[in-house]
Amino acid sequence: MTRTLLLVAAVVLGSLLAVSVVHRPGVAGAAGAGFWAGIVLLWALATLAVHRLSHLPVPGGLPTRGRDLAVPLLFGAFMLVLWEVLIVGFGVPLVLMPPPSAIAARFVASIPTLAADFWQTFVKSVLTGWAMGAVAGFAVAIVCDRVPFLRRGLLPLGSFVAALPIIGIAPIMVMWFGFDWHSKAAVVVAMTFFPMLVNTVAGLAAAGQLERDLMRSYAAGYWQTLFKLRLPAALPFVFNALKINSTLALIGAIVAEFFGTPIVGMGFRISIEAARLALDMVWATIVVAAVAGSAFYGLVALVERAATFWHPSYRR
Amino acid sequence: MTTEALGATPSPPAPPTGEGGLAHTLWNGTALPVALVVLVILALWHVGTVLMNWQVVHDTRVRMDQPAGFADVLSATFAMERPILPAPHQIVHELWRTTMEVPTTSRRSLVFHAQVTLSSAMLGFAIGTLVGIVLAIGIVHVRVLEASLMPWIVASQTVPILAVAPIVIVALGSMGLTGVLPKAIIAAYLCFFPVAIGMVKGLTSPDVLQRELMRTWSASPAQTFWKLRLPASVPFLFASLKVAVSIGLVGAIVGELPTGAQAGLGARLLAGSYFGQTVQMWAALFAAAILAAVLVFAMGAVERIVLRIMGARPEGARR
Repeated sequence: MTRTLLLVAAVVLGSLLAVSVVHRPGVAGAAGAGFWAGIVLLWALATLAVHRLSHLPVPGGLPTRGRDLAVPLLFGAFMLVLWEVLIVGFGVPLVLMPPPSAIAARFVASIPTLAADFWQTFVKSVLTGWAMGAVAGFAVAIVCDRVPFLRRGLLPLGSFVAALPIIGIAPIMVMWFGFDWHSKAAVVVAMTFFPMLVNTVAGLAAAGQLERDLMRSYAAGYWQTLFKLRLPAALPFVFNALKINSTLALIGAIVAEFFGTPIVGMGFRISIEAARLALDMVWATIVVAAVAGSAFYGLVALVERAATFWHPSYRR
Repeated sequence: MTTEALGATPSPPAPPTGEGGLAHTLWNGTALPVALVVLVILALWHVGTVLMNWQVVHDTRVRMDQPAGFADVLSATFAMERPILPAPHQIVHELWRTTMEVPTTSRRSLVFHAQVTLSSAMLGFAIGTLVGIVLAIGIVHVRVLEASLMPWIVASQTVPILAVAPIVIVALGSMGLTGVLPKAIIAAYLCFFPVAIGMVKGLTSPDVLQRELMRTWSASPAQTFWKLRLPASVPFLFASLKVAVSIGLVGAIVGELPTGAQAGLGARLLAGSYFGQTVQMWAALFAAAILAAVLVFAMGAVERIVLRIMGARPEGARR
């Protein structure tokens, strides 16, 4: 236990030392063999630390959550250190791959721009499109459930369309709805509609025959059975679609902006700055997209946990 | 992934045979409803074509002093050169013209562009599948990898990976790497995830009983892998491959956007949107859709063959 923690502390100290050394004028871009030997040693130490940490016994009864969180975090942080040291140490030009420190500096320096892009792309296009796609897919799924003939006709088509590159409609939507966020929201709606439809229909079939028979024996009508039994049983499927869609929506909005935007938005920023070879700004935007995407996904997962607390997968 | 939900979709109850005859069977089958829905969509499409193109056609005809009566405008909405929404037959005609009537090596040929996209999609698919399988095998067998890598692989899915596409293209381009490889790398980046996740699921799918049986036969880890884990993972692998092959195509198409309109279905879309060639855009879109459908179908055919060779129950017995 103590030895593992000492090892982790050594790795952290070594990383800090490496990062501060590599930025010195004599070392940056011209690091000697001794420096790289040290880095290789640090790498070995870090591997050992992560290995020992993942096998660390957690003292009786305490949840293993802390350890399970610490291992990937440490691994990720070390990857960042390695990235920084390699890029700066070898003097890789900024246009090829900026080091994390440059990205962080650019991020802090251009927070107003990034915030405006975030507002335009995420709040206006993604959230609107995601919500509209979810509501539309859900509503059509309910109609399909009520009319079995429609279900048999629409569902095979829906699952077929869900496998197609729907993102290709982006230029058409831009032509129809203009350059502003409306066209992006339309692309997002088209992309998120089919996963929602297919998953909800599958979820509505998830309630067991026994439970349905019970509802029948209570003389419950269609809507009562729907609201009290089948919709709750379908919730895990619905949330599955919402989670898939949270990622799809962000991709759809950003890629749709490649086809024409006003001069604000994350996709616009990425394409324009990549063309100007200002890769630090591109990466800063990607950090925003990554954090926003992960947070969005995480938020939906949290709501799911609260709404489907009864589901076996959350039971302990 | 959506396919998981698809797999969970229970098949509709078997049509009660013997009562109601042919009409009843047709009504309760899938073919008739699907055909009807397709017909309705086509009808709505034509209505949409008329409604969306009406204003432009009407104004143009009035300006050009051409007859602008109801019938004139109606027929003209189906034959515009740059319609807001082209009629289906215009798209089919464009598809036919650019695939059959132009030499396949020409830049105007859709076959040429499809082949460019397909080659980078397939290369990326191969790389991504390989990386995914290797990662999965590592994750299943090495504890450290599972603890440190798995959360990042899952997190990588919540990140809009396609957003990275322009940087990969630009960065590799400035290193002198152009052509198929940068686009293939983007496709691979998209493909590896479902394969890795599916393979991890598949390789860990044998239950304790089966693994203990292997132990009682004193099978080595390698033997357990080749004779138990790998065969058990094949159905999971194919489910993932079907997802991977279609998103690999998406990756290849999006990868063509930042390089400007050079070659490929994505470039064709971009060029169409630059010059307002709507029919060309729709044709490229349909070509991409057809390509995706063919790829997924082909993967399903390979799956059936492989599973049959491995001795899975034939389709008839499963029904």
